[in-house]
Amino acid sequence: MSDLTRLSAADLAQKLTNGEVSSVEATQAHLDRIAAVDGPVHAFLHVSSDEALATAKGVDEARSKGEELHPLAGVPIAVKDVVVTRGLPTTAGSRILEGWIPPYDATLVTKIKAARLPILGKTNMDEFAMGSSTEHSGYGNTHNPWDLDRIPGGSGGGSAAAVAAYEAPLAIGTDTGGSIRQPAAVTGTVGVKPTYGSVSRYGLIALASSLDQAGPVTRTVLDAALLHELIAGHDPHDSTSLTDPVGAFADEARRGLAGDVKGVRIGVVKELSGEGYQPGVLARFEESLDLLREAGAEIVEVSCPHFDYALAAYYLILPAEASSNLAKFDGMRYGLRVEPTDGPATAERVMAATRGQGFGDEVKRRIILGTYALSAGYYDAYYGSAQKVRTLIQRDFAAAFEKADVLVSPTAPTTAFKLGEKLDDPLAMYLNDVATIPVNLAGVPGMSVPSGLSDDGLPAGFQVIAPAREDARLYRVGAAVEAFLEARWGAPILTKAPELEVSK
Amino acid sequence: MSTPWRDEVARVAGLARIDLKPDELDRLAGELEVIVQSVARVSEVATPDVPATSHPLPLSNVFRADVPETPLVRDEVLAQAPAAEDGKFLVPQILGEDA
Amino acid sequence: MSDFLVDYDDAVARYDTVFGIEVHVELGTRTKMFDGAEQFFGADPNTQVTPVSLGLPGALPAVNGTAVEYAVRIGLALNCTIAESCRFARKNYFYPDVPKNFQTSQYDEPIAHDGWVDVELEDGTVFRVEIERAHMEEDAGKNTHVGGATGRIHGAIYSLVDYNRAGVPLVEIVTKPVTGAGERAPEVARAYVQTLRDMFRALGVSEARMERGNVRADVNVSLRPSSDSPLGTRTETKNVNSFRSIERAVRYEVSRQAAVLDDGGAIVQETRHWHEDTGHTTSGRIKSDAEDYRYFPEPDLVPIVPDPAWVEEIRANLPELPAARRKRRQAEWGYADAEMRDVVNAGAVDLIEATVQAGASPAAARKWWMGELARTAKEQGVDLESLNVTPQQIGSLQHLVDEGRLTDKLARQVLEGVLAGEGDPEAVVAKRGLEVVSDDGPLLAAIDEALAAQPDVVAKIQGGNLGPVGAIIGAVMKATRGQADAARVRELVLERVNA
Repeated sequence: MSDLTRLSAADLAQKLTNGEVSSVEATQAHLDRIAAVDGPVHAFLHVSSDEALATAKGVDEARSKGEELHPLAGVPIAVKDVVVTRGLPTTAGSRILEGWIPPYDATLVTKIKAARLPILGKTNMDEFAMGSSTEHSGYGNTHNPWDLDRIPGGSGGGSAAAVAAYEAPLAIGTDTGGSIRQPAAVTGTVGVKPTYGSVSRYGLIALASSLDQAGPVTRTVLDAALLHELIAGHDPHDSTSLTDPVGAFADEARRGLAGDVKGVRIGVVKELSGEGYQPGVLARFEESLDLLREAGAEIVEVSCPHFDYALAAYYLILPAEASSNLAKFDGMRYGLRVEPTDGPATAERVMAATRGQGFGDEVKRRIILGTYALSAGYYDAYYGSAQKVRTLIQRDFAAAFEKADVLVSPTAPTTAFKLGEKLDDPLAMYLNDVATIPVNLAGVPGMSVPSGLSDDGLPAGFQVIAPAREDARLYRVGAAVEAFLEARWGAPILTKAPELEVSK
Repeated sequence: MSTPWRDEVARVAGLARIDLKPDELDRLAGELEVIVQSVARVSEVATPDVPATSHPLPLSNVFRADVPETPLVRDEVLAQAPAAEDGKFLVPQILGEDA
Repeated sequence: MSDFLVDYDDAVARYDTVFGIEVHVELGTRTKMFDGAEQFFGADPNTQVTPVSLGLPGALPAVNGTAVEYAVRIGLALNCTIAESCRFARKNYFYPDVPKNFQTSQYDEPIAHDGWVDVELEDGTVFRVEIERAHMEEDAGKNTHVGGATGRIHGAIYSLVDYNRAGVPLVEIVTKPVTGAGERAPEVARAYVQTLRDMFRALGVSEARMERGNVRADVNVSLRPSSDSPLGTRTETKNVNSFRSIERAVRYEVSRQAAVLDDGGAIVQETRHWHEDTGHTTSGRIKSDAEDYRYFPEPDLVPIVPDPAWVEEIRANLPELPAARRKRRQAEWGYADAEMRDVVNAGAVDLIEATVQAGASPAAARKWWMGELARTAKEQGVDLESLNVTPQQIGSLQHLVDEGRLTDKLARQVLEGVLAGEGDPEAVVAKRGLEVVSDDGPLLAAIDEALAAQPDVVAKIQGGNLGPVGAIIGAVMKATRGQADAARVRELVLERVNA
């Protein structure tokens, strides 16, 4: 039997539906793969073998009885550890939640369980989703399958690495400033941040409430479309949730796969390239544009001048909201509790000791910054002003979308850097997200697809951005780029990744 | 050594209930200063005529009916608590608590 | 350390009192403000919580539409402007009973603002209190302090937290500084909260029982040399749990602050704590970081934009408010102005109404509540509605009197039994055997005995001297332990004697 773990989710789903393969076989194959390679990769924080196999068994039984099943039923999936899963440990990559087992499921998990996808486990991430390299996880680094000495991106490095290492065909990520898209770019995988509000945030451990969105992490655009359709939709538990019907993303992806981009106006954002972008990354980006142009798309240049302020606005809005969202972690109701050894163990002192020990450096940095930005006398100059920059960025997008159907850019300025390289320079680390952040600020959807290998032999990403509620456009253009590039390469980009050493 | 930024970080850490060790305080003071200065450039474009956007997509009047939903299972919740007694969360002495 | 106090009358002669009141009312919705956990009295700890009201990671708020409607009702009844658009805001502070360590409230965009309410004082004077704002927010959980030698863990001091109350919908009503009340400030403060309490009930938005914490008040007081002077520094007094406490606390603060000012001192802006048992306020913990709440608009919720047509519909359907209702009731019950005022001041309007609905006449209802029950309440030092008797029971009691099964005197004994917890009037009558003897047989026997004991009385009565009849009646009453209808005994005596 050919390796089940190399199949795309769509192909695996097909085989399951045809009865060629059972879900138990498929799930076990992925669990075996995890056991074989996750030592060095360390994508997973928790592997839920029993639960996954139980779900798989149930699906197989249902299928044998001829029951109606979701198209993806029985296809295994990994979930970023920022998503609350009842009965499975959920840490958000932080020691302050070590051992916490949630008593409820996130809405998207409820949907995944209803569709009966076996959950393989929870994936590693930067602590509370703050970071671009997963180096800020409280549980150790995740290693890029392309080069184990390099970062897998962040904050969702675990999900991207899992998918890139064939440990899972599907994964869930969350994206606040690029945490799905940037890992996708540096691991040669696909990642989508949906329109804000189109996927429920109920059960996502909040980072920045006005920026967070959950989305698919996959190896192909079609797989992302299928997963996106499953998790999207209105949720009464989330007051910021849109009531729009879920788009026909898979159909649009198939349209793109057939190369149908004639007449589509592609806007190249002037501000999202140039200084700071690796030449190899820019070169792959340009080549992808050429392919689109050859296929009949119209390439135009657009300018979004306020994007230059996006990073600054983001690093005020996010810490402010996060500082408030993370206040609940205080050792009183769940998670770590630390009692100070000196002096009285009052509630206040226990809270401060718990948070001092339980939070990592990056989290403390951002909480301090956010608390500062909101404190009396500073609100208008910092948080208040940042919210205005948001308005200006939305206006820039609106103007750009008058001229173009989608906007494009390199997803991230560089390929995967070495572990430890940027840890001492927070500002340098923040620059990884310069192309992805404006998307979150405006609430519009964005996707990263592999654009090829840079001069250093490492993957780069091509970002597609659509207007709010037009996620379908991402799938059409993204799938087209994927199809054109794979035709040129002869195979998906991941086949060019070095084979991971398998432990016996 | 006490500098304005170090004092500021100490004050804010108090507000945020986070114990910082002296070396952490020093490091954060330096980092905070740099970050704050670089993000202060938002003031350049945030003029009075520009409205603030709190929500990416404008929604309003989202309400829920006054209808009960299933509550949490208490045992499941308290099993996760650092300490519990008599069906309640046991927390350390609260300063200034009204008797 | 006890405070120096200036005699109240002396203080108000030399200083002008300005006060303000913050009232929190728990809305009587079925579920909480931001989630579907039910709220009802007496639930087992931590059984009425969802991930939202427990503040679990990942939880998100969802606004209870009925709570918003109740808030609008309150705003309209307070003659406020209802905001065209308003938002929720996060008030950030750390406290174990606040599960998210922030409270979702409203900051600079309250749902209602700039209103007024007329408050009627005991002597009929009407005082207008201006309202600054009314806004929506959520309640916190409840801490039970377990301490020291009394704690299970000997010597340890800790708290137990129940989050059932966390997330219960609240409306906070803040007055503008109330000026011009002068020496009547304590009275006005009390009457204001009573007026609000009655209003909440009439609107159907809350049971509004102060003793259950449905309504809570904090009182701000400041003094100034004269009404032309700028406002003085104010103190905020918490833990005023009854109408009486409100009045006493204001009085006390005036006396205390006058003493400080007389001495050349300055009033410390602080939160103080009222002690009902000792009748004084003590200084609370002075907050070191002046509580920087870092308010910002709640990003997990979207603005509320009340549809003007909807607001007008609520306004049109507002139930009759207490003042109008009192006038109508007074007319229906036929009470004189002074009688009605007494009833209102005693907080007995609703009680009398319920008693009338239970079958008693308005006159009888007033007699009970303003007579025997008022006296009992005063003795016990409680409000009328805290007494261990219901209007339904008074209605039954009066019915027994109307039927002739009880005399007034017997009825008072039955009432004693009801108050003592012996059950409903019928049960007490049966248990204590208090019913009026309705059978003439035992009465005649007692009469004959009494007449036999005083033979010369018969002749006197027969001779037209009716004076001694009373003595015979008295003897019969004594023999029947008061369970005879005196009028009937008199009839029978006369029949017997003249037979």
